[in-house]
Amino acid sequence: MHFFKSIFAIWQREIIRYWRDKTRIVSSFFQPIMFLLIFGAGLSTTLTAGNFGVDFIKFMYPGIIAMNVMGIAFFSTVSTVWDREFGFLKEILVAPVSRTSIALGKAFGATTIASLQALILLVIAPFIGVGLHILVVVKLFLFMLLLSFAISGIGLLISSLMKTTETFGLVMQVLVFPMFFLSGAFFPLTNVPLWMTIISRANPLTYGVDAMRQIILNGQISQQVINKLVLYPITINGIFLIGFSIIMILAAVLAFNKRS
Amino acid sequence: MVNIIEVKNLTRKFNGLTAVDDISFEVKKGEIFGFLGPNGAGKSTTINMLSTIIAPTNGNALVNGFSIIGDKDEVRKSIGLVFQDPSLDDRLTADENLCFHARLYGVPKDEYNKRIEEVLKLVELWDRKDDIVKTFSGGMKRRLEIARGLIHYPAVLFLDEPTLGLDPQTRVHIWDYIMKLKREREMTIFMTTHYMNEAEYCDRIGIIDNGKIVALDTPANLKKMVGGDIISLTSQDKQTLKKELEEKYGKEVKEEDDILKIEVVEGEKFMPRLFNELQTKIDSISLKKPALDDVFLFLTGRKIREEEASSKDFMRNFMRMRGR
Ligand SMILES: Nc1ncnc2c1ncn2[C@@H]1O[C@H](COP(=O)(O)OP(=O)(O)OP(=O)(O)O)[C@@H](O)[C@H]1O
Ligand SMILES: [Mg+2]
Repeated sequence: MHFFKSIFAIWQREIIRYWRDKTRIVSSFFQPIMFLLIFGAGLSTTLTAGNFGVDFIKFMYPGIIAMNVMGIAFFSTVSTVWDREFGFLKEILVAPVSRTSIALGKAFGATTIASLQALILLVIAPFIGVGLHILVVVKLFLFMLLLSFAISGIGLLISSLMKTTETFGLVMQVLVFPMFFLSGAFFPLTNVPLWMTIISRANPLTYGVDAMRQIILNGQISQQVINKLVLYPITINGIFLIGFSIIMILAAVLAFNKRS
Repeated sequence: MVNIIEVKNLTRKFNGLTAVDDISFEVKKGEIFGFLGPNGAGKSTTINMLSTIIAPTNGNALVNGFSIIGDKDEVRKSIGLVFQDPSLDDRLTADENLCFHARLYGVPKDEYNKRIEEVLKLVELWDRKDDIVKTFSGGMKRRLEIARGLIHYPAVLFLDEPTLGLDPQTRVHIWDYIMKLKREREMTIFMTTHYMNEAEYCDRIGIIDNGKIVALDTPANLKKMVGGDIISLTSQDKQTLKKELEEKYGKEVKEEDDILKIEVVEGEKFMPRLFNELQTKIDSISLKKPALDDVFLFLTGRKIREEEASSKDFMRNFMRMRGR
């Protein structure tokens, strides 16, 4: 019982801190919109010849949502490194709570924040011609949660291995861009060199983008076009993300235990 | 009396450097036990081991009957901690910080609201309950940290330099709380300090230097080690006075420049006698009782710390004031 209560306490603190930081909420909303406008407008004209059979903005939209999830989930797990730097982690570590509940509380916190923030991004759907059925929203939210949890796992693992915010930031920089560009967010991964295929298959973002793209485009364009763009069935994407998250969280808990 | 902390051959090394060197001691239930020593003596390292933050390289200790190696969770439940360095979440309110703590320590919900009110009133922060900690002064943050350490009614409260960087007024204030706690809760308090006058509040003091305990006793007994009270006198007629002192009281009189010094027991009672009995006219008289500074000097041949804050302390205070 105490196990769940302490997870809840740690989760709630993350949420309170996030809610207090209004600038962060607003900027995490406008950044992806900017991305979508600039890339969408700039590339859609050049890429009409690429005959995707789909509007480029619509193609990119799920990728932008996934990018947003990744950015926020990573950023939220930095809190562990900050806690260490500001001494608050000591306060948590001397408390009679298991290291597992600390890691889970942090991961759930980052997951909640990242998926809520991604959910807000759905308000722009009508403006780019994407129709949203309630069922679509539910399915999307499910994958936002899964993807956020997977990314939080990576973030938590890295932050329990890192000592300072600077090194954490550096590792993230090195990780974030390849993860984003090799996720199928910008171009379909159906026809790329082998090395790219291999890397992208180990990338959780790939599965998140793949699933969300199918959910969003389903029924909006012909099934033929969708089949050309898609890698796996939605359930396979889901299973991969769940498995990936479990492995990452376990590794993070181990690293956490070892450090303290 | 029962020992609430029993330390046996506790040692901690940091790559070659022995921060705590094979120390053993006991702390009795309900006493204020103080660790006194210069920068880097190993005070915080000892507290960190006793509070399960770091593992000892060697040796063991029992806190509230539980081993700090095998029974970490039970030890953690038994203790409250005020760290040397700030450890509040300054984006949360005072109330939220305390609430978070209470929940991690499994204090039931209907109970902790009552306790939060109780401890916040104790440290006189009740009216600032809903303010973000960022807006607090250094002294207020410190008081809040002490309040936080009390919420789960620990058997032992560890205070690592509780008054570092605070003004004298706030320091006295915090000491009032600590003495009150001791009286009302019969809580055991284990603290470190480098302020000599603060060490005097302790029931017993361990003097620690280079990771070793060089002396451990009550403040009064420690001071006895360095001798009695010193009375200093000056007079126009120095030689006559010296002779009179030697003949009347059979004391050895030391001469330092113009000043004559004698060592006596209970100087405050001896001085009136001098006024009444001395024939020679004296110009000035003063009494110095031995302080713990002198004990440290006596034991190690070094001064514990210069009057001004060392650069390390300065940085710490600076970081505190900057609100970290
Ligand atoms: N994590 C660490 N890694 C390496 N060395 C350490 C570590 N923590 C402490 N030390 C070293 O151990 C020694 C004792 O440090 P400690 O913090 O216990 O001193 P202290 O008595 O608390 O001093 P202060 O009055 O400055 O707080 C110092 O030489 C310090 O450099
Ligand atoms: Mg210290």
